[in-house]
This record gives sequence, structure tokens and C-alpha cells, in this order.
Amino acid sequence: MRFALTEDQVEFRAVVRGLLADTCSPDELRAAWPDAETAGGGPGGGNGRVPGAWSALAEMGVLGIMVPEAQGGLAMTEEDLVPLLLEAGWAGLPDPLAATAGVAVTLLRHASSSEPRAQELLAQIAAGEISLGCVFANSSQSGSTQSNPAQSESMGPASVVAVSNFVPAATSLDQILLCLDDSVHLVDPASLQLTPVQSVDGARNLFHFVVPAELGESTALLTGAAAQAATLAAFDFAALGAAAELIGLSRRMLEMTILYATERKQFGVQIGSFQAVKHHLTNASLAVEFAEPLVLRAANSLALGNPQASLHVSMAKAKASAAAKGAAAASLQVHGAIGYTVEYDLHLYMKRSWALAGEFGDVEFHRRRVSAELLATQTIQIGHLAESTI
Amino acid sequence: MDLTWSESEEAFRTEACSWLESNVPTPALPSGDTKKGFALHLDWEYRLAADQWSVVSWPKAFGGRDASLWQWLIFEEEYYRVGGPQRVTQNGIFLLAPTIFEFGTAAQQDYYLPRMSSAVDLWCQGWSEPNAGSDLAGVRSKATRDEAAGGWRLSGQKTWTTRGAFCNYLFGLFRTDPESERHKGMTYFMVPLEGDGVTVRGFGRLDGDAGFAEVFFDDLFIPDDDGTADTMVRGGILGEVNQGWGVAMATTSSERGLTLRSPGRFQATATRLVDLARERVGDGLSQQMADAVADAWIDAEAYSLFTLSDVTGVVEGVAMGARSSYNKIFWSELDVRLHEVALDLLGAEAELDGPWMKGYQFALSGPIYAGTNEIQRNIVAERVLGLPRK
Repeated sequence: MRFALTEDQVEFRAVVRGLLADTCSPDELRAAWPDAETAGGGPGGGNGRVPGAWSALAEMGVLGIMVPEAQGGLAMTEEDLVPLLLEAGWAGLPDPLAATAGVAVTLLRHASSSEPRAQELLAQIAAGEISLGCVFANSSQSGSTQSNPAQSESMGPASVVAVSNFVPAATSLDQILLCLDDSVHLVDPASLQLTPVQSVDGARNLFHFVVPAELGESTALLTGAAAQAATLAAFDFAALGAAAELIGLSRRMLEMTILYATERKQFGVQIGSFQAVKHHLTNASLAVEFAEPLVLRAANSLALGNPQASLHVSMAKAKASAAAKGAAAASLQVHGAIGYTVEYDLHLYMKRSWALAGEFGDVEFHRRRVSAELLATQTIQIGHLAESTI
Repeated sequence: MDLTWSESEEAFRTEACSWLESNVPTPALPSGDTKKGFALHLDWEYRLAADQWSVVSWPKAFGGRDASLWQWLIFEEEYYRVGGPQRVTQNGIFLLAPTIFEFGTAAQQDYYLPRMSSAVDLWCQGWSEPNAGSDLAGVRSKATRDEAAGGWRLSGQKTWTTRGAFCNYLFGLFRTDPESERHKGMTYFMVPLEGDGVTVRGFGRLDGDAGFAEVFFDDLFIPDDDGTADTMVRGGILGEVNQGWGVAMATTSSERGLTLRSPGRFQATATRLVDLARERVGDGLSQQMADAVADAWIDAEAYSLFTLSDVTGVVEGVAMGARSSYNKIFWSELDVRLHEVALDLLGAEAELDGPWMKGYQFALSGPIYAGTNEIQRNIVAERVLGLPRK
């Protein structure tokens, strides 16, 4: 039993933190915003990307971290990528790191035994040549807000997927992987009738898309049960990746706030010495500290193919989303009016938190995946992390 | 990360589980905080001790099994899963014993520890006084040196002493330097509760149990320790004279950290909560209640994972330090929430004096004892987050 990152994981994480500190500063984040005014500065005209950070990550081989060796990747697992996503969150990186290195790779690995296109894309990812997006949507006829990959025997109540019609930085992506109820398609972003929409987080450069009415065999990478299994695995990673970023974002906001509260004086003393301020920040920190183990454990579950991985992911996303919203709120409150400006950096991280808190299932969606599992059938055995009777 | 148990740890679990299932009394014993219940709980302690299950992590020489911290966690999981009775020896075993291990002489260890593990001596913690609750350094009970008689004369009063009325020994701080103030000049005494010079008065707790006591010391004589049982049976000092604060602080972080509240307790409560909710699914359990149950259950799991992370650190030589304050805040408020959700599920039946209502009342004491959560939040803010003290 050892619940901690390995030395290598700790080191890789530290290297990525350094890389992002150098290439993804608040100024570089503002440059990703299309509109300088709402960004609070910067040149404007951004497309939701921080090219310096992305190319540095690509060069380091981070994008291919989960790509098999045969396609030139590092052949590592979710356990290795998730800590790096903590750092991506800390930096507020808007680029599709989780989408490309985690979600797309998961989908493509499911497809690669039967699909040469998948193998080729994996190789391109590992070589740092492409960015991919992944979306979970219903086919154009359906109006529901969630998708049930058909409830086969092997899929419990937690196998529900949250759908949306938004994709960040769509125009910068080389391909988009479109996961529907029973098929996974590889499409060109241009085929999706993209319309720009205003996210509160301008750095996301968000687009609305429409699922094409005709999607045929030519775009399908996977169909049927194989598609459903791949979609669920991919969605679980997407939710977990967002959860990891939310933890990182929370820590960044709290660090900024603690620094501010230590420097800022009012009534002749540092405002951080007031008990109300201490308790706001402690409460926010507590939620983050107890959400992180859920995130790391879920990464382990995905890596090992634990049958309860979806449950574990939902536990992590529910708590990480809530923790991040709490951290944003506490950070803003402690900063006071200065936090309420776009010139000050806090808004960059708050806004990304608000966006990710709802992406790939919000708190309610994930709590529901958990309650559905808990209240369905047999007793859950406590304390046996590696197995369950469900 | 390796979230699996080794073969020998699984074997230990099997052995513990099998013994507990054969020996745990059913139906559950009446509360150990009542006179009758205490006697029954004492019988249980004798049974545990007879088979070396009373202090598994202690050395065999003192009645333990030399169990690792991991094995101790496993034992606790099984203990609560099977529904083991409250440990009326816990204040001695979990609070005093670590201090004896750290500060006791070899003779003190040889004398006190076996008597503690076999429940011959029953210890209560004499921390609080009427004027010193959160402010432990405000202690006024004193020990005056009687050089001629070769010992100390204790006078003063302790209060809110859990199970004080049923114990035969107390440990607490007494001011030995009359000129001293605050945390200086106190000494950590072990004190008999029988005989001249000490009076114990039990009084009722919120939940109806008589567990609390006031203890009055009126010139109680404690002879100097000459290394023999004759003096040690009459009490003694742990650590150096006037260094009691440091000795006590060593105990205090055990109290807040792992040893007082292992996760098994809350996971068992969470499992019972889920079972309660399942009973009500047929009656039309609201989604909101289902989600509240899920949320509390997730927190119990989060606490378990956080503990695994802590234990990993301790096992690898990383001191927990002030992080133990995070634990205390989290488990105590989790316990309240688990019970609140249960009472909501019970609706009109909630007011009946059953296990959930009793458990709720006891849970309410959690944010108070072992250092109030307000103090704990200050500690986290100052010593973990680094916010300024004043």
C-alpha cells in the first residue's frame, strides 16, 4: 500500500510546472483571449491557445505520454498524466492537453487494433504534430442532456455520459473526435457548423457545434458496443482531467490570495491576521485537500481498469468542482475589490474554474452517478479499494 | 501508487475479521458512558486483551502484536465494519500511551503499559478546567513541591473529563512553577483517582449519558518516582518537571491526527447511512436526499484516502505536523453531516432516542473536543497556509 506519487511522477510534475511557469504566465493567458478588454489587457486576437506552452509540452513528449511505444509514445498511464494536469490547472493553460493527451488517446487506443487512421493519429500526437478535441453529444435528432451508452451488463448506473454542444478552441484543432450514443467519429472541425459563443472564460475561445445529420461509415472509428465502451472510458478521463485541472486552479487561486492577504494591510495589520479571513481560506483549502486524493485514486482506477473507475471519477469530479467554486469564491472575497477587476490576474483562474466546474458533468451530474450506484443493488464493501461487490 | 494490500496484510485482515466476527457481542452493548454499560465494555476490553487485540500496534512485550500502522488501519476498518463496541480504554491507549512511549522511562513503560493494555488501569484525560477549555495554557491546577515528604501535592479541579467517573487514573497538566504563566512551568502528571485528596463527581452529557466528570484535587500527594511499582501505582510525572506543555503537545497531535478517529468508523457509519437510504428507495426517496447521501458517503471515502496518504507519509518518515488539524476538522464535521442526513431520512422518527439520534448528539461533540474546530482552523491558517498570526 502506498498512496503517493512515485519519485518519477513527482519529478515529471515539477518539470512541467517549471515549463508552464515559463511559457504560460498571466500575460500569455491574456494573449489567448480574443478580446483584450474583457481579458483585462493583452494584445487581443487570441484563439484560445498559448502556442509557446503547447510547443514546449509537445517537445517534451508530454502529449504522447499515454501513447503506446509502437506509435512513439511514452507508454505511461493516467496516473502519470493526471499529475501533469494538476499543473496545467495551476497555470490556467487553455490548450487541449487533457483532450489530446488523455481523452483522444484513450479513444484512439480503443480503435487502433481495427483502424489504421487511429494508429496514425496516435503517432502524430506522440510527435507533437496535432491538437485534437473530443466532444460528447447526442445525434442531431435527440434533445436530451445526457447520453446513456446502452446499459449493457458490464455497465452499471454510473455509465451515463454528460453531453454538450460546445467545444473550446475549435478552429485551432486539427480533428475532433465526436462521441455519440453508439458511435465515435473522426471529423474535421469545419464540418460541425461552428458558431463562436461567449464563454465567461474568454481564453477558451468557445464554439457551439452541430452534429452533422449525416455521419457515415467513412467518419466512424468505432461503432456499437466497442464505441460505447470507448466513449465511457474517454468521458471518464475527460471528467477526471477537468477535475485535476480544477484542483490546480484552486491551489493557484488560494496561493495568490494567501500572498495578497499577507501583503495587504488595513487597520495597521495584515488582513490575513483576521480570523474571518483565516477561516475563509482554511475552509476553501480543506475542500481542495480532501478532493485531491479522490482525483489521484481515480487516476489509478482508470490506469488499472478498475470496474469501479466511473464511480471513482464521479466522486473526484463532484468534489473537485465544488472545491474549485469554493476556492474562487473565497479568493475573490478575501481580495475584495481588487479581485473584482480584470486588470488583476485572479479573474483568469476564476473564470476557467467556473467553466470546468460544469464541463463533462457538473457537481449534480456526478453526485447522481454516485447515488445511482450506491442506491442500486448490493452492499458496497468498505475499505477494499481494489475490489468491490458492485 | 499502489492501492492494494500485501498478502500478509490481507492475511492479517482475515485473522482480525474472523476473531471479531466470533467475539463482537450482539446485540450491541449499552453505551459505555453509563455505569452499567461501562462494566460490560470493560469485559469486552478483557476479552480483547486476552487475545492480544487490545493494542495491536504496540510491541508484544506490552500486550500488542507489533502491528504496522497499515495493519492498525486494517484492524480498525474491520473493527467498525463488524460493529465492535466503543473502546472505553481509548483515552489511555490513544492519548496517554504515545506520550509514555515517547517520554516515559523504561520503568514507567514496563509498569504502566501492560496494565493499560489489559485494562487493569483505566485512564481519563484531565485537560480542561472550568477556566481553561480551548485555552489549555490557562490551566490553574497546581502541584506544590513537598521536599520533606519527597513528592508533590496536587490541588485544583479538572472538568468535562470523559468517563472520569468510571476511571481509576487521570493524566493532566498541573502548574509546578508558582511564578509561571501560560504554557511555561507546567508538569505532566499521572494521577490516581482513588484515595484521599481526590473527589470525582459525575454529571450528565447532552445525550443522556453520565460520562462526564469533575475531578477535585485537595492536597493529593504524589510521591517521587523511585522506579518501583510502589511509587508508580501512586502516580508520577512524564517527562521533565516544568516541561509539561511540550509533553502534552506531543499527545495533542496524536489526538487530532490518525489515532483517535481512523476512517473505518466513518466508512461504517456511511455504509449504514446508505443502507438506511436503500430502505427508503421504495417509499419514494427524493433525488435531493439521494444526492445528500452520496455526498456524505463520498466524504467518508475521501477521508479514508486522505488517511492513506497521511500514513504513507508517516511510514516514509514525513511528519504530519499541523496537517493533523485538517483531519480533525474534516472527520468531526463529516460525522455530524452523516448523522444529519440520516435524521433527514428518518423524518418524523428522527426524534426517537435511537442509534442515529444518539449518534448525532455524540457527533455534535466532535467539533468541540480534541481542540475546537475554530482553533483548528486558526492552526491550519497559520501553520499550514502561512497566514500571519497577529
